[in-house]
Amino acid sequence: MPFIPHTAADAASMMAVVGVADIDELFDEIPPNLRNSDSSFNRGGGEPAAAHAEGMSEMEMLRRLEECARADETGPCFLGAGSYDHHIPSAVWDIASRGEFMTAYTPYQAEASQGTLQLVYEFQTMMAELTGMDVCNASVYDGGSGLAEAILMAVRAGERRSRGRSAGRRRSVALAGAVHPLYVDAARNIVRQQDIEIVQLPHGDDGLADPELLTHLPEPPAAVVVQQPNFFGLLENVDAVTDQARECGALTVACVNPLTLGLLKPPADWGAGGADIVCGDGQPLGIPMASGGPSFGFICTRQSLVRQMPGRIVGRTRDLDGKPGFTLTLQAREQHIRRAKATSNICTNQGLLVTAATIHLSLLGPEGLRNVAAACHARTRELVAALDLPQRFGAPYFHECVLRLARPAQAVVEALAERGILGGLALGPYFSDLDDCLLVCATEKRTAKDIRQFADALKAL
Amino acid sequence: MTDTPTDTKYADTHEWARLDDDDNVVVGVSDYAQEQLGDVVYVELPEVDQQVDAGAEAGVVESVKAASDIYAPVSGTVVAINKSLEDTPELVNRDPYGDGWFFAIKPDASDELADLMEAGEYTEFCEASEVGE
Repeated sequence: MPFIPHTAADAASMMAVVGVADIDELFDEIPPNLRNSDSSFNRGGGEPAAAHAEGMSEMEMLRRLEECARADETGPCFLGAGSYDHHIPSAVWDIASRGEFMTAYTPYQAEASQGTLQLVYEFQTMMAELTGMDVCNASVYDGGSGLAEAILMAVRAGERRSRGRSAGRRRSVALAGAVHPLYVDAARNIVRQQDIEIVQLPHGDDGLADPELLTHLPEPPAAVVVQQPNFFGLLENVDAVTDQARECGALTVACVNPLTLGLLKPPADWGAGGADIVCGDGQPLGIPMASGGPSFGFICTRQSLVRQMPGRIVGRTRDLDGKPGFTLTLQAREQHIRRAKATSNICTNQGLLVTAATIHLSLLGPEGLRNVAAACHARTRELVAALDLPQRFGAPYFHECVLRLARPAQAVVEALAERGILGGLALGPYFSDLDDCLLVCATEKRTAKDIRQFADALKAL
Repeated sequence: MTDTPTDTKYADTHEWARLDDDDNVVVGVSDYAQEQLGDVVYVELPEVDQQVDAGAEAGVVESVKAASDIYAPVSGTVVAINKSLEDTPELVNRDPYGDGWFFAIKPDASDELADLMEAGEYTEFCEASEVGE
């Protein structure tokens, strides 16, 4: 049976009811450049899809798809900015692709699927160990939705503390320094309907957050967000930011790259009291870049805030016979039970990607993770030395660095792409004063030859 | 059949309210409510000195399968909370009218209790909602 949910007659009768002439009119509000069309099939050359209205043989279709796939092939990748080209052991997706794991969801009759629950339990345990926090949820969509949920959670926790005292209500959240602009966009989009204001504090000339600025805010924020490493790849002085946030009576939201925690101080140890909520994107843990997604987000927190955390937790327990087993906890705060008062309006999680990440982490182990993190840092230092361009900011970096090109960076990125090199991210579209700046990254996969190729191509431009 | 003592008053949101010796209103959830909720795993209480209005949210009771708001049956100031529910929320199931109490309110006016239901009325109310289901 073909997976086509409705026939042409079904579609026509439905369109007659809603009063549109055809599918194009139904989707009229979607901008044309975002709509699927012949042109997306036509990527990489070849005849338009209409030429194949009669259908294709399997061989023709494979040939066509291979042509399309070749259009995505690139040479060495020096692009990071939230999605990183790490080596993924073959075993990761071989195991994750087993039939038993093949669902994006935690099953509806959850306790019948002990294997899935155990896997989520292991994931949560590993993430809690990496971040040093007490608990971790079963994942959210991605880094952006993770940040949004962390902000909502911090505001809720503040309301809880000040319930009944309107003077204590805090509805703003401060971003200390350079947080990923796409995360911030997603977070603003999600929290703005709840009357929550996100205040961006400028980064200093060194590219880092200035904790002092937190003391000059017109009203104290519910939370302070700091990203480590920050969007520019720089290492923030997270101890000072966390301490200053606490001084202001605000929670600290740590946005982190989990891979870097193989080397960096876990957020639970930041400053005197540690971060309160930790979020981030799990893509570096075994998820392919795949043209930008899908990925998964995570949220960890301390025990005292667990009732404000969205999503669910898998707990280990014993059944009636005393045998160990796993069960969902905390789900009473989810949308299917708590409706409008749920901790989040997002009910799903990224089960399959979490499966891959859990396998990835267990294959690497603490030492493997540390080695990958150290190799990325070393490769990026080699890259920065080889490119021989001035760094825009002086602060130490982890595995990304902002370089100054003295000409518009976007044109350089495009010229490099023509030579088969993904040369990094031009920062102009995100920071108007950084139009000549390029954010570059070298993971453990980049070889000395890759780096030389990049340096030679850049000199030749 | 659930237990519905006659020395307390009842709200239609299933809280009970009883005047103690100091003229404070002690609040908990009824036997009927705890049975409907199932095993209570967490109780979120108001803070002492917090002002509450009659009918306003003052806490949350959470079981394995549900979470429900607790509403203040009368207006006033919270003067005591049952801290033992933090570690032993199962007291709500075990002894809903005794050790499972939630909080006590010093009422702004003494006559608000009169607006609540008597035991007999509440029993009928619960039976009616059973039929409704």
